[in-house]
Amino acid sequence: MAFFDKLKKSLSKTKDNIFGKISDVVSRRKIDEELLEEIEEILIGADVGVQASMKLIETLRKKAREQKLTDGEDLINLLKEEISLILSREDSKLFSDGDTKPVIWLIIGVNGVGKTTTIGKLATQLSSEGKKVMIAACDTFRAAAIDQIAIWAERSNVDIIKSEIGADPASVAFDAASSAKARGVDILLIDTAGRLHTKDHLMEELIKIRRVVEKAAPDSTIYSKLIIDGSTGQNAIPQVKIFSEAVGCDGIIVTKLDGTAKGGVMIAVAEELGVPVDFIGIGEGVDDLQRFDAKQFSEALFS
Amino acid sequence: MFGSLTDKLDSAFKHLRGKGILSEKNISDAMREVRQALLEADVNYKVAKNFVKAVTEKAVGIEVLKALDPSQQVIKVVHDELVTLLGTTAEPVAPIVKTPSVYMLCGLQGSGKTTLSGKLALDAKRKKKKPLLVAADIHRPAAVKQLKVLADSIQVEHFFVEGKQPPEICREAVKYAEKNFIDLVILDTAGRLHVDDELMEELEEIKALTKPDEILLVADAMTGQDAVNVAQSFHDRLGITGVVLSKLDGDARGGAALSIREVTGCPIKLASTGEKLSDLEIFHPERMATRILGMGDVLSLVEKAQEHIDIEQASKMQEKLLKSKFDFEDFLVQMEQLKKMGPLESLLGMIPGASKALKGVKIDERGMERMVAIIKSMTTKERQNPKLINGPRKKRIAAGSGNSVQAVNQLLKQFQQMQKMFGNFNKKKRRGIPGGMPRF
Repeated sequence: MAFFDKLKKSLSKTKDNIFGKISDVVSRRKIDEELLEEIEEILIGADVGVQASMKLIETLRKKAREQKLTDGEDLINLLKEEISLILSREDSKLFSDGDTKPVIWLIIGVNGVGKTTTIGKLATQLSSEGKKVMIAACDTFRAAAIDQIAIWAERSNVDIIKSEIGADPASVAFDAASSAKARGVDILLIDTAGRLHTKDHLMEELIKIRRVVEKAAPDSTIYSKLIIDGSTGQNAIPQVKIFSEAVGCDGIIVTKLDGTAKGGVMIAVAEELGVPVDFIGIGEGVDDLQRFDAKQFSEALFS
Repeated sequence: MFGSLTDKLDSAFKHLRGKGILSEKNISDAMREVRQALLEADVNYKVAKNFVKAVTEKAVGIEVLKALDPSQQVIKVVHDELVTLLGTTAEPVAPIVKTPSVYMLCGLQGSGKTTLSGKLALDAKRKKKKPLLVAADIHRPAAVKQLKVLADSIQVEHFFVEGKQPPEICREAVKYAEKNFIDLVILDTAGRLHVDDELMEELEEIKALTKPDEILLVADAMTGQDAVNVAQSFHDRLGITGVVLSKLDGDARGGAALSIREVTGCPIKLASTGEKLSDLEIFHPERMATRILGMGDVLSLVEKAQEHIDIEQASKMQEKLLKSKFDFEDFLVQMEQLKKMGPLESLLGMIPGASKALKGVKIDERGMERMVAIIKSMTTKERQNPKLINGPRKKRIAAGSGNSVQAVNQLLKQFQQMQKMFGNFNKKKRRGIPGGMPRF
């Protein structure tokens, strides 16, 4: 249970854990409209968003009535169940049996969410599981991004395909996909430059990267993984929507959950868009990037 | 978004029209909508609650002016109050009076500190000051290199000492600055979570050793409800003197700005609005208020246009237009000026209503680039006199610009129409016939 303990510790590290406030509010209270309103407010304060929070409260109200619950503390379990249900609506799949090697993960997201660091950690984890991993350094825009990912490649002892700053990222991706195929790599992780989803020309560039990768390794299974900063507010919804439209989004990785933000917007994202969460980042260490488990996560949120 | 808030307020006031004074009931209906709009913009729920309370008190009993309908009246009160809270006037960063002045940047990981360092340095350089970029992030791999590359790209000095801890590096940087006639020392510290005690202590130490003139918290405009905790922690530990809002070029409504301002009381001084090092603006509370309410940003647009369009060139252009001598050379200059103003979408986003009206419409920036490429593949003579462009020339231009002959034809046709249009316009003007654009 060491894994769960760390999760619990990270998620409830501070007294400020916003979800934890719900436990305080419900203690020794009867279920009534006032209490439900207070819970709704806390959910909104945890970035769950107005719509999704209202929906959650509606479900609580209904279930409490059906099950004839009167004790406020019973709401906690209902809420845990409901959040866990919403977050596990879609199965997170890292690999499927039908995958053709090299499996390619296209790592995408807005600026500063932690794409490069996440790839470094993924590479380390996957290669220690005995997989042959390769990294493609396709962030050719940000100064020293190539150096940053190269350091990670060296640390985790995996191959890296890189070019110069300012090079065409699609051509680096093409080279990487071709050589991953030739060298019998199990999984190729493509690091892309951070881009705001509102910038059409940069989204075009991303579409092009995916297109040339498909061309270079036509049989490969490609997954797009979107990285979201755990402290992001309602803007996560357009991020998921627009990145999905451009290059697909098979799973989300939520980073930086070891602060006071708990990534509540993921509930709204799952509710509205049905994209599963694959991993969560709950610390600086390599092992702090963990497989997401909806049940454990919602359990840890309230403890 | 503003559209929807207005609509909602309109329906809340359906029964009010003509009644004169806003009652408590009217107001509380309206304020529910206002609160929701604020929450959707990521304003912290507690801040939103206090805000709504304050506005309600102000709005009750206000007489609805005859010229305004009730929803406009409420929006005016809401907007004014929002501006007041955001800081009324734009407050610039501390001027570089004593040398060296020291700016210290802090914030969470990925908030945009290193990029902002580069932007501040470029800004100082443009003001004829000598900046020093200090790499105090020894935690993230290649962060030092990133700052070095940025420094080199704008030709400013970079400072780093291998093997030393950040507080020591910063202290030595200030010493170095004193000896080397540096005007502004910019300390780029490592990103850290506000709950990371050890790293927060490091910042306190840097502050004690360098006595910064500005301690700027860099905050991501996309931050959600947690912005209050982050800002509060940094402020408690360091006593920040100002906030810089980054990634404002996205579509986040930026409610975090209001939250941060509320909990710290510190002014938001700058807005970081793009990936280029020149994308740095003074923060304007008035505009942020309209943005949080989703009302567009007209002033920024005007300012951008003024900044990037050369007045002299513009008046020359006008003269040429009037004489119908507008050629491809002029067209090219115009395109370049437009490009300098930034991506077209971001310009359109600043026009009220445009984001709604043009929802889903893609701006064809590629098309503009294609035009520029074609024009650049023409000889000077061809640009000045497009009539010269015959079949073989078209082929050459097409090949040179990587386009089809069709694309070249299309551009020529468009250009002809444009000339004709200006021609007609001038003729009419000369004959003194009032009237708009000719139809064609």
